[in-house]
Amino acid sequence: MYFISIFPEIFLFLWTILIFVVDFFLKEDKRKNLGYLSLLGILITIILLFFSAQGEMFGKAYSYDSLSLFFKLVFLLSAFLAISVSIDFVAKFRAFKGEFFGLILFSTVGMMLLSSARELIFLYVSLELVTIPLYVLAAYLKPDKKSAEAGLKYMLLGAISSAILLYGISLIYGITGTTFLLGIKTRLMVDYLQIGPIGPGLFLSFIFFIAGFGFKLALVPFHMWAPDVYEGAPTPITAFLSVGSKAAGLVAFLRVFFESFSVYNPDWVTIVAVLAALSMIIGNIIALPQTNIKRMLAYSSIAQMGYILVGLVAISERGVSSVAFYTLAYLFANLGAFVVAIAFELQTGSSEIKDYSGLSRTSPTLSFLMMIFLLSLVGIPPLAGFVGKYFLFASAIEKNLIWLVVIAILTSVISLYYYVGVIREMYFHKKEGGEKIFLPFGIKLALIICIIGVLLVGLFPNPFLDLASQAALVFKY
Amino acid sequence: MSFPILSYMIFIPFLGIIAVLVLRKEQVQAIRWASALFSFIPLVLSFFLLAHYDSSTSTMQFVEKHTWIPSLGVTYFLGADGLSVPMLFLTALLSFLSVIASFNINFRVKEYFAFFLLLEVGMMGVFAALDFFLFYIFWEVMLVPMYFLIGIWGGPRKEYAAIKFFLYTLFGSVFMLIGILALYFTSQPHTLNMMELISQAPLLAKGFQLIVFVAFFLAFAIKVPIFPFHTWLPDAHVEAPTAVSVILAGILLKMGTYGLLRVSLPMFPKAALYYALPLALLALINIVYGALVCMAQKDLKKMVAYSSVSHMGYCILGISALTVTGVSGCVFQMFSHGLITGALFLLVGVLYDRAHTRDIDAFGGLWAKIPVYTGVMTLFCMGSLGLPGLSGFISEFMVFIGSFPVFKVIVALAVLGVVITAAYFLRMIQKMFLGTFNTKWEALTEISGRELFTVIPLAILMIGVGVYPSPLADMIRATLENIVHLVTG
Repeated sequence: MYFISIFPEIFLFLWTILIFVVDFFLKEDKRKNLGYLSLLGILITIILLFFSAQGEMFGKAYSYDSLSLFFKLVFLLSAFLAISVSIDFVAKFRAFKGEFFGLILFSTVGMMLLSSARELIFLYVSLELVTIPLYVLAAYLKPDKKSAEAGLKYMLLGAISSAILLYGISLIYGITGTTFLLGIKTRLMVDYLQIGPIGPGLFLSFIFFIAGFGFKLALVPFHMWAPDVYEGAPTPITAFLSVGSKAAGLVAFLRVFFESFSVYNPDWVTIVAVLAALSMIIGNIIALPQTNIKRMLAYSSIAQMGYILVGLVAISERGVSSVAFYTLAYLFANLGAFVVAIAFELQTGSSEIKDYSGLSRTSPTLSFLMMIFLLSLVGIPPLAGFVGKYFLFASAIEKNLIWLVVIAILTSVISLYYYVGVIREMYFHKKEGGEKIFLPFGIKLALIICIIGVLLVGLFPNPFLDLASQAALVFKY
Repeated sequence: MSFPILSYMIFIPFLGIIAVLVLRKEQVQAIRWASALFSFIPLVLSFFLLAHYDSSTSTMQFVEKHTWIPSLGVTYFLGADGLSVPMLFLTALLSFLSVIASFNINFRVKEYFAFFLLLEVGMMGVFAALDFFLFYIFWEVMLVPMYFLIGIWGGPRKEYAAIKFFLYTLFGSVFMLIGILALYFTSQPHTLNMMELISQAPLLAKGFQLIVFVAFFLAFAIKVPIFPFHTWLPDAHVEAPTAVSVILAGILLKMGTYGLLRVSLPMFPKAALYYALPLALLALINIVYGALVCMAQKDLKKMVAYSSVSHMGYCILGISALTVTGVSGCVFQMFSHGLITGALFLLVGVLYDRAHTRDIDAFGGLWAKIPVYTGVMTLFCMGSLGLPGLSGFISEFMVFIGSFPVFKVIVALAVLGVVITAAYFLRMIQKMFLGTFNTKWEALTEISGRELFTVIPLAILMIGVGVYPSPLADMIRATLENIVHLVTG
């Protein structure tokens, strides 16, 4: 017995409403339990994913296939981890409401819908459902000026990027007369055979799409909002932004460009390749002098997106599966690093890298985990990040994109310096009077999931590679 | 062969890490002995390896092969031939002796031994791996413990030296990664199996070989190190704690030459012939320049460090000749340099622990005060400068014999290196041990039993190989003949 394809989304949506309602009836000190309730909802949704029929709905506007399954798991996992670390973090808020968890879940529902969207209006509305709750969440530390600034900045730039995307959509609609991805593809194919090379209107719309998604992915040169927002937002939200929201942008990008625009691959792929190169170079170089761990991770995540695009630029089955696979590897390592930063911030109130000095003496396990996460981000074997990068670079080399791979590996070497900078503080330096970092249950749980993920994906990647290669079968190359 | 001996050699030190981590921080003595035990077992196994190795053939022995990541074409593939067996033995021996030599570490003992054992895992793995993915993993795994070992327990400029080492070697190895991927996609069917790639090597186009050779060469040249990629070496060697310098000089540098012999020559035969002369010139620079820099050193440890640059030059010269004798000389030099320089670093450490200075000029007439130490030190210096009857002589002699027919002028100039080497070692012995006794060192104590224990096996092997080299020569012959045959046809 299988449920209808969209059932997991419906369930999670209703569960979120439930959380808002229960919130009314709970006393202030009991509201923490809403976090556990949210985690339960996510777990049930994950199970439901495997009991829902794969297929299309709403006249091919919605499609639940192996690609969306993969990314839905990524979104649910990152939401699970973000909520799990928030349970104790919310104590920092002056007037905490259960809606904090509800908003994360709403955004997750949006991401899940987005990964299945095969119609541009559907895609646009899902994307708004992803980002609007995030604007609120970024500003959640209301009395904190930086958080308010983060929320406002994120909203303004998000609105601009949505407008750009919408412009692109309207151009495409004008040219092809449809908003269905499949319809656009057929129409463009006919145009290509009849008219030939790309026209200016279509090219403009590609650029608008790339810019619109580029904002969501924080690619250079659309990355300006990221560091400020990442620094100002509550850290669990930063973690969620850096993984969940980026993966959402990525899957939308894949859907639109690989399904609809595949006829004109050579026309848009060069632009994306250049953005990938710029993101890797600029992201990594600006990350070097950062002294705040959240800002450092923000810039590093810009660079990490650059690596992911290397696989995308290959435009091959291997390439798309490497993109999916690396997203998973990145999820565990990056969220893991953020979880450590959250645990540290909860106790010391600081996210300055220099305050990490001597951490290996007071909290050896936490430091060890941080070291593993950071080394995985560098791509040191046998961790998840290494297998992921190997797979990405392999797909690019297969397509003779040597120049891009050389940039990727050289910037990886640069990235070693700032990631290891944190390790150096923790292990090489001494600090008087440091105390052991206390790890509440939610944070412990998240750390365990992340470390198992990093090691499992690194050492025994087979099941994950299978999932990723199935996800790549959705497109034709 | 059903007993997976190579896997045991690689992963028993890993069990040691777990044992060390389980012990409490305060149980210093237990941690030390546990590490000694878990590095002693691979040494015992390596004797087994030596005994059961069939030197009549060049095929891989003790092979283990299991599927690992089928979708990326990765297998868990281990094996050993005449090139890797001596290196595995040397790794096991030096690791064990270095653990013993590290018993005087009193600071963050638990972490130290855990990192040290991880280093051994990586080194063993590099010499046994026959799948490129696996090879690369072990190659890189070593960098992390090395970074910590230099950065936490090193000398005054330890942080600088540690990150410099890490960045340099990572820089080299990422190019190797591109090379590996290029080979993977060129092979038909796609494979990461190094043996399979070697058998496909004649099919590779010359232009392709010339480019990919360079990608691998960067990785290997930085490890050896070949001029001008050597600048990380003096920093890392001098700042590292004694036992880590031993491993650096004794094993890590050999990975570069091992890579050249295992990968560069058989996989890119046309490129190897093409680049032979430039390689020989670089070797000459290494030999003479390294030796000249040694002449100028005041710091004893720095002098030994630079002597490695010079001595590894002989290895490269032997490789560039592409003759069986030359390449055999290279392997002899790899083995012999591991023994001698390992011992020299241990002995430098012994003196530094007592005197807290390594300034050559600060000593004088030590012979009278510490005769045993002086005797042992002098013995190894003689080995290093190539005194006949010791292993260093055999290896340098073979390198010269093997490469003279190919590069007459270069060899003639390289012999200068031997003269300069003799000069700086004799100058050092004269300044430190002979002459009038510097009374400042009245309180200096003789080398201890434990310290002597760490160098005596090395002395025995050095003399053994020097006097009776044929067991080692027999062991490596078939494999090296095959490698040279693959290149020159």
